[in-house]
Amino acid sequence: MFDWFFVSLPERRLLAATGRRAPTPWVIAIMSFTIMLVAATGLALASTASVLSRAIEARYSLEVPGGGVNLDTLVAIVRSSPGVASAEAVSESEMRRTLKRWLGPAAQSQELPVPALINFDVKPGANLGSMEQRARMIVPGARIVAHRDSVAPLLRSLTFLQVIAFGLVVLLSAAAAAAVVLAARGALDTHRFTIDVMHGIGATDLQVTNLFQRKIAIDAFIGSIAGGAAAAAVLLVLAGGASFVRDLTGGATLGLRDIVILTLLPFALTALATWVARTAVLRALREAL
Amino acid sequence: MRKGWQGTGQPCVEFDWAGGELVAAVAEFDSVGLRYGTGAEVLRDLDFRLRFGTFYFLTGPSGAGKTSLLKLLYLAQRPTRGRIRLFGEELSEAPREALPPYRRRIGVVFQDFRLIKHMSAFDNVALPLRIAGASDADVEGPVREMLAWVGLADRASARPPTLSGGEQQRVAIARAVINRPELLVADEPTGNVDAEMANRLMGLFTAMNRLGTTVVVATHDMGLIKSTPGAHQIRLENGTLVDPTGSLKNAHRPARPSA
Repeated sequence: MFDWFFVSLPERRLLAATGRRAPTPWVIAIMSFTIMLVAATGLALASTASVLSRAIEARYSLEVPGGGVNLDTLVAIVRSSPGVASAEAVSESEMRRTLKRWLGPAAQSQELPVPALINFDVKPGANLGSMEQRARMIVPGARIVAHRDSVAPLLRSLTFLQVIAFGLVVLLSAAAAAAVVLAARGALDTHRFTIDVMHGIGATDLQVTNLFQRKIAIDAFIGSIAGGAAAAAVLLVLAGGASFVRDLTGGATLGLRDIVILTLLPFALTALATWVARTAVLRALREAL
Repeated sequence: MRKGWQGTGQPCVEFDWAGGELVAAVAEFDSVGLRYGTGAEVLRDLDFRLRFGTFYFLTGPSGAGKTSLLKLLYLAQRPTRGRIRLFGEELSEAPREALPPYRRRIGVVFQDFRLIKHMSAFDNVALPLRIAGASDADVEGPVREMLAWVGLADRASARPPTLSGGEQQRVAIARAVINRPELLVADEPTGNVDAEMANRLMGLFTAMNRLGTTVVVATHDMGLIKSTPGAHQIRLENGTLVDPTGSLKNAHRPARPSA
């Protein structure tokens, strides 16, 4: 399977360096660096979405219109309902203080109807319909809202961003593959004479391809590892120094699975480049007799 | 006509009965024509057979199509019409992946030498053996011996650009004959060497011919032809074949030139 990698030294000399090294390792390094960062962002977003989703899955609010005069009674009803793990009241005044950050003094206007809230977490088996009915007997218009419904647009945005990140990874990989195709064709043109001589003497396409495949695989490996290492350094700096990122994502970080995926990416890029080079060279050779 | 077998166990040549004797053909051209692109035909209606173990000189004025004919012989070009059989196999329309094993049975001395410039003389000569899968240990001895034979033992590590024209030609010849081809094709092989070296190289060709190699040498040098007794002459004029010695149609057992 890896015979192509172990071609002899004299055979390797057939593709001697042409003075300056081709830009392939640099192009692959840049691609690898970018792919790693984009992939890390996508994985972090996925992790954030997962953490957020888990956190709000069982979280509900009882909205109490009209300022919540009977808030203590309602809190008692919620806490006594079966399946409620915890409940916490947010008074109208607290709500107005929170809204003031965005609305300014207008948040204190009595013309702005601000409900009180009772946030609560439920365990499986909770009867939310019964709880809502009991609450409405105290405050008509009270209603239970699932947090996941409120946060659904945000989760959809996070999912969309993950798709974009994945798409970018695919696009960048395709761009890297295209760069490899160009590099392979350039190398074929550079060594056209040697290839013609080899063919004339009886070399098979596979023998010629093995030489190019090995050369491009090494270039791709060097580039991928260099780009991946640079990206890893950047990610370490971000992870170590920017605590606001953790705050922003509710403590979401890259898990072991994510790190394994990121570690494998440069190798996957090398494998892709090697396969693309092999295919491109074989295809190009078929155009000759 | 029936197929013959060489000692390697591979079908290699075609035999037929003619004139009461068994004659083997290493190459057969049947109504072969060749044109490049949409231009006029450079070779027309070539019908001949090269007999196994025979020495041929290919002559003709410049532009007659000698190099094109040689290209067809060493499978660097496909005919645009007609059929070519080499070593008993129809190869004019063979898939390209089928050609390398046949090319390995042909040694070629190119007019422009076609040496790989960044490789040493040793590596250039060793190339056919390495392509055929020989190990480094199997390559060392024969290549040193061949370089010594062409008088370049002390230039083994030299690269072609540092060699004179004659030295490059000798390296090219050494590369063509290193794996003892069954068919040796040479395009003006003595064009850049002095008379003494030319005689020596022709001696090598005739020695290989005595061992059974069919040799085809394109040349303008009539002295060379005269100094190779028993060799046949194929003459090309305006892309068509002239056969002054009748050697292509005459089906007697091939004569061997003397050393």
